[in-house]
Amino acid sequence: MGTAAEAFKGFEKYSLKKNLPMVEPLAPGHRACQGCGEVLALRQVMKAIGENVIVSSATGCMEIITSPWPQTAWRVPWLHVAFENAAAVASGVEAAYKAMTRKGKIEDTNTTFLAVAGDGGTADIGLQALSGALERGHNFVYLCLDNEAYMNTGVQRSSSTPYGAMTTTSPPGKLSRGQETWKKDLPAIAAAHRIPYVATGSPAFPVDLMNKAKKASLVKGPAYLHVYSPCCTGWRMAPHLSVESARLVVETRVFPLYEVIDGQWILSRDIKKPKPVEEYLKPQRRFSHLTAEDVKTIQERVDANWERLMKLIAATTPEDKTE
Amino acid sequence: MAKRLGVEVSIAVAEAAKQCNVDVISAYPITPQTHIVEHLSELVADGELDAEFIPVESEHTAMSTCVGASAAGARTFTATSSQGLALMVEILYIASALRLPVVMSMVNRALSGPISIWNDHCDLMLSRDTGWIQTVAENGQEAYDLIFHAYRVAEDHRVLLPVIVNLDGFTLSHVIEPIEYFDQAEVDSYLKPYVPAMRLDPKHPITMGPVGMPEVYTEARKAQEEAIKAARPVIAEAWQAFGDQFGRYYRAVESYQMDGAETVLITMGSIGETAMTAVDEMRSRGKKVGLLRIRLFRPFPVEELRKALKGVKRVGVIDRALPFGASGGPVAAEVRSALYHQTDRPFVYNYIAGLGGRDVTVENFEEMASELESLEKSELTEFYKIINVRE
Amino acid sequence: MAKETGAISWKELSLGTAILEPGSSSKLKTGDWRSMKPVTDRECCIKCGMCYIFCPDMVYSRDDEGYYVQNYYYCKGCGICAHECPKDCISMVEEGSNG
Repeated sequence: MGTAAEAFKGFEKYSLKKNLPMVEPLAPGHRACQGCGEVLALRQVMKAIGENVIVSSATGCMEIITSPWPQTAWRVPWLHVAFENAAAVASGVEAAYKAMTRKGKIEDTNTTFLAVAGDGGTADIGLQALSGALERGHNFVYLCLDNEAYMNTGVQRSSSTPYGAMTTTSPPGKLSRGQETWKKDLPAIAAAHRIPYVATGSPAFPVDLMNKAKKASLVKGPAYLHVYSPCCTGWRMAPHLSVESARLVVETRVFPLYEVIDGQWILSRDIKKPKPVEEYLKPQRRFSHLTAEDVKTIQERVDANWERLMKLIAATTPEDKTE
Repeated sequence: MAKRLGVEVSIAVAEAAKQCNVDVISAYPITPQTHIVEHLSELVADGELDAEFIPVESEHTAMSTCVGASAAGARTFTATSSQGLALMVEILYIASALRLPVVMSMVNRALSGPISIWNDHCDLMLSRDTGWIQTVAENGQEAYDLIFHAYRVAEDHRVLLPVIVNLDGFTLSHVIEPIEYFDQAEVDSYLKPYVPAMRLDPKHPITMGPVGMPEVYTEARKAQEEAIKAARPVIAEAWQAFGDQFGRYYRAVESYQMDGAETVLITMGSIGETAMTAVDEMRSRGKKVGLLRIRLFRPFPVEELRKALKGVKRVGVIDRALPFGASGGPVAAEVRSALYHQTDRPFVYNYIAGLGGRDVTVENFEEMASELESLEKSELTEFYKIINVRE
Repeated sequence: MAKETGAISWKELSLGTAILEPGSSSKLKTGDWRSMKPVTDRECCIKCGMCYIFCPDMVYSRDDEGYYVQNYYYCKGCGICAHECPKDCISMVEEGSNG
C-alpha cells in the first residue's frame, strides 16, 4: 500500500450536512476584494486543515490582504518571508519540528506544515524551491491558489495564465490575441516528482476541496494541492460570479478535478456532458476580445487535455479496479 | 580537557557547529565553503550530531529554510561564499528583520565577474547592510572560536540578531592549522541551550513577517537599528566571558605595536597576520608603525577606532573589495567617516589589495607604510589606489 | 486608535514587528465597503448552508434554529450568497433601504 493510501485509512469524508468543520483559522476583516474566489478557496482549505498548522506564505494577494500590521487575519501561526520561497520556508519549519521533537525539545505535535502561494509564486519564481522541497520529501502541504496572473501587482501574465487571456503584460493588440502560450501544467509537474499526493480543487466544490485538503494534511510526505481561484478584479468579472466561474471551469472540462494518489490518477468528478468552453469564457472580460476561431482553438485544446487525462487514468489504474 | 589537533580550518568550523549542538543545518555547496558542509553532513550521517541536514537546491533556499527553522525555534546553521551569498542576500535582510539568531560562516571569496573562486571581501561587503552582526576571523583558531561567540551573542535576548562569522577562502578555510578543540562540558558552560523569545507554535499563534505600511516601516527599521547598536556591549561581554573560560580574549579592534605609533595600517581578515610580520620588520628598523585589525565589522567599531587612533598621524586602510565609482573602499570610507568629527584626526589613505586571490606580501605592507608619509604631504587627486595592478 | 492605525513608537513594537493577537483583523469593519446587502427570506430557506460555505468573508453563522444569519459588520456585498442560493431566497438590496 502506498504512503497516501495508508494515510487515508479510516479517513471520514466531510459532508455539508453532517460534519462540516465550523472552525475558521482565517478570521474575517481581511482586505480581500469583494467576491474574492482566492480567499474563499483559502478559507475552505483552512477549515479542513484546522488549527494545528503552521503556515508559510509567499508574497501575494493572500499575504497582503491578511497581514497589514497591526492586524492579522491569521488565528494560526503564520510566517511570510518572500515571494519565491514558501516551499523552502516550510521545509525549514518542518525540519526544525522534526529535529526538536527527536531531541526532546518539544512534544510530538503532529502539526501540519502548509505552504501557500499564488500561481506566480508557484509556476514562475517559486518553481525551483517547490521542486526542491517536493524532491527532498518534506512532510508538508503545498497549496497553490491559482488565479492565473500576478493579481497583487496589477494583473500581469504568469506562466499559469490561460491561452488568449488579456492581462496587463499580455494585452491583445494588432499583433496579439492576448496570452500566446498555454497554461503550464503545474499539478502534472508536481506529480512528476512521484510524491504521495497531488490534487486539483475548486471552491465551487467545497466538500471535494475540503476532503482533498484534509487528505493532503494526513499524508506523511509532500502533498500538492492546486486550487482554481477566481479573481473578479483581474478577470474583469462581476463579483457575484466567482463561484459560478469556479463551477463552469470544471463543467466545461477546462479545469478537471482529479487526484493522484501514490501515482494513480483518479478523476474526482466525471463531466459526462461538458458545456462548451464559451460558457466559461463569456462572463470574463479578459476573454472578450477572442474570436470564434480562438474559442474553437481553446475548445480543441480542452478536449485534447481531457483525452490525455483519461489515458493517464487508464494507464495508472490497476486492472482489477477498471470497470 | 581541551585537545590540540592539526586540522583543516573548515573541519574545525564544522566541529564548532557540532559542539554548539545545532538542530538544523541547511546548505548548498559552493567553493570554498564546501568542506564545512561536507563535514557537517558526515557528522549527521554518522550520528555524531543529532540535527536535520537539509541539502537544498540553492543558497536562496538555504537561507529561506534557515529562516523557517529558526522561526520554529531551532538552533540553525549554514555556510556560504560569494555567488551563493549573492543569491541569498534577499533573505539575509529578512532574517535580521524577523530577529532570527541564525549563524552563518562565510568563507570569503570574490564575486563574479570574471568568475573567481579565490579570496577577497566582495561577498562580505555585499552583506554589509543586511542587518547581520559580522565578525571576522584572522586564523583558524579564531574561525573556530567565533562560532561559539556567534551563537551566544545571536541568541541573547538583548540581541536576537543573526551573525556571520567571516573567514578568508582557501588562505584560511583550506589550510591545516593546530586548533585547540574545547571540551564539550566547557562549551556547554559557555553556550546555554537556545530559548527562543517567540516561535511558530500552534499553541500560541503569532503572525511573523506582516505587511509594513508607511505608518510602521520606519519604526520597524529603527527598532532593528537599535537592536544592533544594543548588541555592542553584549558582543564585548561574550568575548570577555570567552576569554575568562578559554583564555583567549578578543576585541572589536585588535591593536598590534600601537605604542607610540605614528603610521598605522588597518586590516581585516587573514592578511592581518602578514601585516604583523611587516610591522615587526619596520619596528626593528625603528619605524613607528602600528597595526589595527578589525575583528567586528557590524556593528562598526567607531568608538574603538577613534580611541585607538588618537594621536596617530597617518592611517592606511586596506580594503579587499572595490566598490566601483565610490570614494574608496568600504572599510576606508567608514574609518574616514568615523574620524571626520574628531578635531585631531589623522590623514587617511586607502589601498585596495588582494582582489580575487592576489597575494598581499610583507613588502607590500612596508611600501604602503612608507608611502603614506609622502602622500600625506602631497596634493592628492585620488584618495585610494589599487596596489599590485599591472599598468 | 493609535494601535489600530499603527501610529506607535518603535519601542512599543513587538520583536521583529510580529503580530501577537491572533485574528485581530476581526476588528476591522469591512462592511463599510458595501453598497448592496444580502437579505434572507426565511420562508423559503432550506438551511442548506450554501451561503455559509461560499462566503469569502465569513459573514454567515448558524443560529439556534439552524438558519444562517449575516454579520453585516464584515459583509462586503459581493452577492455570491444570493447568486448561489439554490432556492433564490437571498436578495441583494440597496444599503440603507428597508430590505
